[in-house]
Amino acid sequence: MFDYNFHWRPVLKSLPDLIEAGMVTLQVAVLAMACGIVIGLGLALIRLHMRGPLRWFASAWVELARNTPALFQLFFFGFGLGAFGWHLSPYTIVLAGLTFNCAGYLAENFRGGFQAVPDTQIRAARSLGMTSVQTYLRIVIPQVLRIVYHPITNQMVWAVLMSSLGMMVGFRELSGETQFFASRSFRIFEYFAVTAVIYYAIVKIILGASRLMALRLFRY
Amino acid sequence: MIEIRDLHKKFGALHVLKGIDLEVQKGEVLSVIGASGSGKSTLLYCINGLEPIHQGRVVVDGTDVHAKGTDVNKLRQKLGMVFQQWNSFPHLTVLENVALAPRIVRGLSMAEARDVAAKQLGHVGLGDKLNSYPNALSGGQQQRLAIARALAMEPDYMLFDEATSALDPELVGEVLDTMRLLAEEGMTMICVTHEMGFARDVSDRVAFFHQGTMEEIGPPAQIFGDAQSEHTRRFLANVR
Ligand SMILES: Nc1ncnc2c1ncn2[C@@H]1O[C@H](COP(=O)(O)OP(=O)(O)OP(=O)(O)O)[C@@H](O)[C@H]1O
Ligand SMILES: [Mg+2]
Repeated sequence: MFDYNFHWRPVLKSLPDLIEAGMVTLQVAVLAMACGIVIGLGLALIRLHMRGPLRWFASAWVELARNTPALFQLFFFGFGLGAFGWHLSPYTIVLAGLTFNCAGYLAENFRGGFQAVPDTQIRAARSLGMTSVQTYLRIVIPQVLRIVYHPITNQMVWAVLMSSLGMMVGFRELSGETQFFASRSFRIFEYFAVTAVIYYAIVKIILGASRLMALRLFRY
Repeated sequence: MIEIRDLHKKFGALHVLKGIDLEVQKGEVLSVIGASGSGKSTLLYCINGLEPIHQGRVVVDGTDVHAKGTDVNKLRQKLGMVFQQWNSFPHLTVLENVALAPRIVRGLSMAEARDVAAKQLGHVGLGDKLNSYPNALSGGQQQRLAIARALAMEPDYMLFDEATSALDPELVGEVLDTMRLLAEEGMTMICVTHEMGFARDVSDRVAFFHQGTMEEIGPPAQIFGDAQSEHTRRFLANVR
C-alpha cells in the first residue's frame, strides 16, 4: 500500500537557502568553465603543434579527464592530494576537479574545431601579409569558437550537473545543501524533488542565454 | 619585376619543380598552363613564400623572397593571390573580408580601410553586397570578393591559381571579365589557368609546364599556333 505522506512545508521554508546554494553551484560551474576553456584551448594547441613532454602531458590530461569517472577526479583533488598532506577546501576541490574535467573535454572539442578550419583559410590570410598570430586571432579562432559553441554550451550544462558530486567531498552546493536539509528533516524525496526542479531551471536558463548569445555573436 | 632563377622545389622525395628560370616584367600578363600535377600551383606558392624552396632564387623587385632576413609579410603585400577555392572568411561580412588586412597589415584606420574596401568591391561589381556574409554569395561573387580582397592591399602583382576552375560554368565568365579588366588596367599578372581562351586573348606570354619543368614559353600566337614542343602540342590537342 502506498501510504507515504508528502510534507512540502519544510522544503518551502528552506527554499531561499536552496536557491542560494543553487547560486553557489552556478558560480563554481561558471568559474570551472572559464578556466576550462582557457586551459582546454591551450591543451588543444599543444597537442596540435608541439612534440615532446609538454605534448605527453596534454595528452595524459585529456585521456584521464575523458576516460575516468568524474567522481574519481574530484576524489583525487580531495583525498588524493590530502594523502600527501595537501588539504584543499571543498570549494577548491570541486573547482579544481571540474576544471580538470572540463578542460579535458573542451580540449578535444577545440582540437576538432581547429582541424575543421581548412588550411586554405590560413594560406589565404597569410597571402594577405597577416602574421601567423594575426591569422590565428582574426581568422582561425573566431571560426573555431563558432564550431565549438554548442559543445561548450553542453559542457556548461554538464559542469552544473557534475558539480552535484561536490556533496561527496562535503561541499555545500545545491546537492550538498539539499542533503543537509533532507537528512535533518527526513523529507528526502520532497527535498530532492524540489532541488531537481532548481537544477532544471538553471539548465534551461543556461540554454536560453546561450541561444540568445549565439544570435548576437554569429550572424552568418 | 619577378625573377626566378634555377628554382627547385621538392615535397619529400617528390621533385615538383626542376629548375625553373623565368622573368615577369612590370605590366606583363603571363598565363601558365599544363597538366595537373605539373607544379603550377607550387610555382605560385614559391613566388610569395608560402612554400619554402630547395634551390635557386625568387627575386621580387630586388628582394630575395627566400633569403633569411626578408620580411615575407611585407613582401606579400605586393603580391596579391587568388586561390582556386575562393576562401572567403565566413565569419566576416563582405566589407570586413576586404577591410581586415588593410587595417591590421597596412595599418590603415578603420575608416580608411573601409573606404579602400568599398572602392575595390565596387570595382569588382560587389558594391551592393557590402554587408552580406559570404555564404549568401554565389561562387563567382565569392571569387570576385577574393580578388577585391587581394587588390585592397594595393599589390603590384597578382597571382591567380586557377581562379575559375572550382566555379559552375555559368559563373566563370564574370570572374574572367574581372581578370580581363585588371589586365587592361595594367596589372602585372601570373595566371595559372585552364581557360585557353583567356590565355590566348589576354596574356602577353604563355608558359607551358610539363612534369616540373617549363617546357615552352612564348607569345600566345606561338604557343597556340606554332608550338615547338611535342608535349605542348599534345596537351593543347587534348584540352581543345
Ligand atoms: N603540400 C604538399 N605535400 C606533398 N605533395 C604536394 C603538396 N602540394 C603539392 N604536392 C604535389 O606536387 C605536385 C605538383 O602539385 P601542384 O599543385 O603544384 O600541381 P598543379 O600543376 O597546380 O596541378 P593542378 O592543375 O592539379 O592544380 C603534385 O604531384 C602534388 O601532388
Ligand atoms: Mg594547382
